[in-house]
Amino acid sequence: MPRIESDLNRFRQIVRGRVREELKKHLGHTELFGKQGGRVVSIPIPHLDLPHFTHDTGGKGVGQGDGAGDGSGQGAGDQPGAHILEAEFSVEELAKMLGEALELPRIRPKGDDELASRGGRYTGITTSGPESLRHFKRSYRQALRRLIVAGTYDPTNPKVSLVRSDRRYRTWKPRSLPKANAAILYAMDVSGSMGDEQKEIVRTESFWLDAWIRAHYQGVRTVYIVHDAAAKEVDRDAFFRIRESGGTVISSCYELAARIVEERFPAQEWNLYFFHFTDGENYSRQDSDRSADIVADKLLPALNLFGYGQVEALGTRGDFYDVLRTRFDADERVALSRLPDRDAVVDSIKSFLGKGL
Amino acid sequence: MSSVLPPELSREQERIEGFARELGLTFFRVVFEMVDWKQMNALAAYGGFPTRYPHWRWGMEYAELSKSYEYGLHKIYEMVINNDPTYAYLLQGNAMVDQKLVMAHVYGHADFFLNNVYYAHTNRKMIDAMANHATRVRRHMERHGVEAVERFLDASLSVEDLIDPGAVFRAKPRQNAEPTDAVESKDVGRLPSKPYLDRYVNPPAYIEERRQAMSAAREEAKRNPPQPERDVLGFVLMQAPLEGWERDALELVRDESYYFLPQRQTKVMNEGWASYWHTHMMTTRILSDAEVIDYADHHSGTVAVSPGRLNPYKLGLELFRDIERRWNTGQFGPEWDACDRMSERRRWDRKLGLGRDKVFEIRRLHCDATFLDEFLTQEFCEQQGLFVSKKNARTGQDEVDSRSFDDVKQALLFHFTNGGRPVIEVIDANYGNRGELLLAHRHVGVDLRMDWAKEVLENLTRIWKRPVRLETVVANKPKRLGHDGTKPIEEDLEQAALKTKTRAR
Repeated sequence: MPRIESDLNRFRQIVRGRVREELKKHLGHTELFGKQGGRVVSIPIPHLDLPHFTHDTGGKGVGQGDGAGDGSGQGAGDQPGAHILEAEFSVEELAKMLGEALELPRIRPKGDDELASRGGRYTGITTSGPESLRHFKRSYRQALRRLIVAGTYDPTNPKVSLVRSDRRYRTWKPRSLPKANAAILYAMDVSGSMGDEQKEIVRTESFWLDAWIRAHYQGVRTVYIVHDAAAKEVDRDAFFRIRESGGTVISSCYELAARIVEERFPAQEWNLYFFHFTDGENYSRQDSDRSADIVADKLLPALNLFGYGQVEALGTRGDFYDVLRTRFDADERVALSRLPDRDAVVDSIKSFLGKGL
Repeated sequence: MSSVLPPELSREQERIEGFARELGLTFFRVVFEMVDWKQMNALAAYGGFPTRYPHWRWGMEYAELSKSYEYGLHKIYEMVINNDPTYAYLLQGNAMVDQKLVMAHVYGHADFFLNNVYYAHTNRKMIDAMANHATRVRRHMERHGVEAVERFLDASLSVEDLIDPGAVFRAKPRQNAEPTDAVESKDVGRLPSKPYLDRYVNPPAYIEERRQAMSAAREEAKRNPPQPERDVLGFVLMQAPLEGWERDALELVRDESYYFLPQRQTKVMNEGWASYWHTHMMTTRILSDAEVIDYADHHSGTVAVSPGRLNPYKLGLELFRDIERRWNTGQFGPEWDACDRMSERRRWDRKLGLGRDKVFEIRRLHCDATFLDEFLTQEFCEQQGLFVSKKNARTGQDEVDSRSFDDVKQALLFHFTNGGRPVIEVIDANYGNRGELLLAHRHVGVDLRMDWAKEVLENLTRIWKRPVRLETVVANKPKRLGHDGTKPIEEDLEQAALKTKTRAR
């Protein structure tokens, strides 16, 4: 149906801002909902609204049932002749959707040339082997060939018998696959100023970062670091739950990260990702400078990507973002983003992963 | 456009059509087309029609449908258009039992299209009309540029719902109404008298009063429109200084809007009616034993409820069944209403068997608003677990606000009256004697969504070519919003009135 294609192209041009700039202000996102392991994920697709006279109902609607649910209600709307099915997604599919939605480039792992043997397949043939692997057809063909060459084969009386040297066996050939190791280090500031809302933002963002990076490597290792004035390594669960109070000393976190990288993940063998989330209010100016030094001297040489996300609670405005920006603006391994609210997560992911490193 | 129906399906169609006739359904000839999912999505984006005028909004719909189909979020099973013959689509690769279900469902819709009174005026050759609309818009785009025409269409579409749902049921206004000078020719009603008695027979104050009343009546007669006009689109079409192609574009938008109006007005009834018949036909006549489980699975998907969203299939189906049960057992009328003993009510059965007749009558005469107003009962509400939900401003989640019958019914009626859209009327086409358009919003306790209202007004200036104003109420204060083509206008109503008065003085 070529006509719909031309309408679709027109719509895409409008969305990309090529034509009809003034319509861009109506651009919102329709959310398609899907479920993933009990977690509801939404898939944003661009949507342009034509304004109409409508009521401002303040989210009132009529529903049916016991009223319990996931709270993802969308009023009383319904599509003609369509009904919504729940969809199960694997993390890989989610990563693919994310990549499509945000137009992310594929990650180019370093160390492509490194080979590692991993598994193999029965693709070869040899003349000796266990009887259980005997290839009957090939053995028979070999015997037939021998008889024909010797001139003893009689087509009117096709009798073929195998001798020892006719036997052929399947054999196992090892296969080499390129191997790239990857590790992700997540660090989060858990000082008193990081509230639940901020942690939720970090959780959402790290879920998607994880999904995308995992789609490009096998067996990704993750390390979680929390810090306030001092840093420590924790497990995933504690990472999102822990609530400390106290000040923020960023250098403590970067020192710990540098040590972990040095001890466990030598740069030549690992693709390393380091994401740090904080509100950016560091204890002192000196410590900020020291932190930046650690990043420049110890961390960056080993890292594929250093992502810094500044989660800004209402009214706070940390200055560490600016410290990093003035210092590393030209370095493409450093990605900085500010997260004033949940909506900023998408842009932040894009700025972290948009480089394809 | 599509392939011929395979023989096993056309045999099924014949069978199902036979059952439908036997059960008393009547319809135009129904034509099924087999399409693949891409065609199905494209057709759905076009509202079921094979051709529509070029517009980006179909492309957007298509993108949305394709995406959610690819991710397995939904699948369109049936689509049917109100036309003679009635066209319906079957999705290639669906299981046989699904195809049968869709066919049975479609015959329900086809019967509804033909018999419901709200559809009586619709153009039954709409497929052809839509194709003509497409040709017309393409021609305008070739002459005047894609962008200019598209801009105008966007503006027109943003007021496409400002039509008069009642217009189709009223006689057209008389063309040559009483000429306005009829008022002028009447004199002030001076009685004959001797000059020396004139002051007493015709008191000057009274004569002056009469004179003023008559001049006011003359002014009134000049009013355009004479009465507030609901069909804003039609009014603007007649009176705005439009270019030929603009008039044509606006007219086709209005035609399509009137065509789709009954489908918006009868969503619950139409889907309920079709579901009522597909369940009846499938379970009593069509299904083979092996197909029962698949059918049950699919049907329960269609009528599934999810929190925060009203399923018209479910609501309509249950309400039709409830009505059938009530009229079969005689649970209606004054005697039933007067009975307040629960035990008796529960056992109530007058064995009237009027249910089937009643539902046929309802499908002819009602639209969603009247259907729910008349037949929604407290018992039904409780049994179906209907509730009013409200967004919690703090958590951003929908929560149950009320389960009381009155609240639910009020919310439902609000949602289904005028499609849940505000009522807007034209009051004056010559506002301030400057040829400006004045609209009024019939405020019913809910404000307009402001940002959109302002943009609609801006869009209207593109059509009317002069400033446009709208009287409404914002946060309990009467206001006049508007747009003069370059910048928005916002006036407090009392103050504005004051200003005109001072100027007059």
